[in-house]
Amino acid sequence: MTTELLERPVETSTQDLEPLPLHEPRDQTPAKTKEMVLISWSGEYDKVMPTLILASTAEASGVHCRVFMTFWGLLPLVKDSRRITGSNWMQKMLSFMQRPGIDHVKLSKMNFMGMGPWMMHTLSKQYNVATPHELLEVCQALGVEFLPCQMTMDMFGLKREDMIDGLGDPVGAATVIELMSHAQASLFI
Amino acid sequence: MNVAITPTTVDARGLACPMPIVKAAQWAKTAESGQLMDLLSTDAGALKDVPAWCRSTGNELVEQRAEAGVQHFLIRRA
Repeated sequence: MTTELLERPVETSTQDLEPLPLHEPRDQTPAKTKEMVLISWSGEYDKVMPTLILASTAEASGVHCRVFMTFWGLLPLVKDSRRITGSNWMQKMLSFMQRPGIDHVKLSKMNFMGMGPWMMHTLSKQYNVATPHELLEVCQALGVEFLPCQMTMDMFGLKREDMIDGLGDPVGAATVIELMSHAQASLFI
Repeated sequence: MNVAITPTTVDARGLACPMPIVKAAQWAKTAESGQLMDLLSTDAGALKDVPAWCRSTGNELVEQRAEAGVQHFLIRRA
């Protein structure tokens, strides 16, 4: 699924510019594969936004980006339609108190019972900033890999069918350490 | 030898970070080496971001100009 932002058609201009010198073939040595690893831990609106903006921009700039979604950070990857998740009362209580899904992320400060995120949404619309939901789709369309944390899935009682489509296999810390040791940049957000 | 190449217009007007770069990357994915893009943006951040994207990806920023409040970036696909 792609967003409206991606589907806006590309128009071809009819006006010719000044003749330009023919493009000279440049050195074709393949660029080193650059990689970035983001650890998305907080799961809050104001931290998910920069995580997704950095991930999509990295991928757009030729830097392959993987995002390890752990603890609270895993909840935005749960389908928005899931209200109560988990199998025992504690897991259910957790999802009741902290509604999962990318459309339900809360602000880390000034949440004011949902007033804060509502104002953020209104401001985003006014200034044409993509929403977290749109940015997540943009990231997936560009090839950002989202890796769910297996331990968090177990602890919160989340199953693969609770999660959105197109995610990587659930992994643990050792995989992330290996990826980070190869990456040129890693961030914990 | 000179050839006239019609640039493809990529309209990112009104879109905020990171969408102008995402649009540019979408064009770069399908464009062939030597093809031109006229990227339109009204995002003030794009002034620095588009040249940075060009440096990261190796695409050439041929020309950058402002026209009626819109930034035009003429970019040649590497």
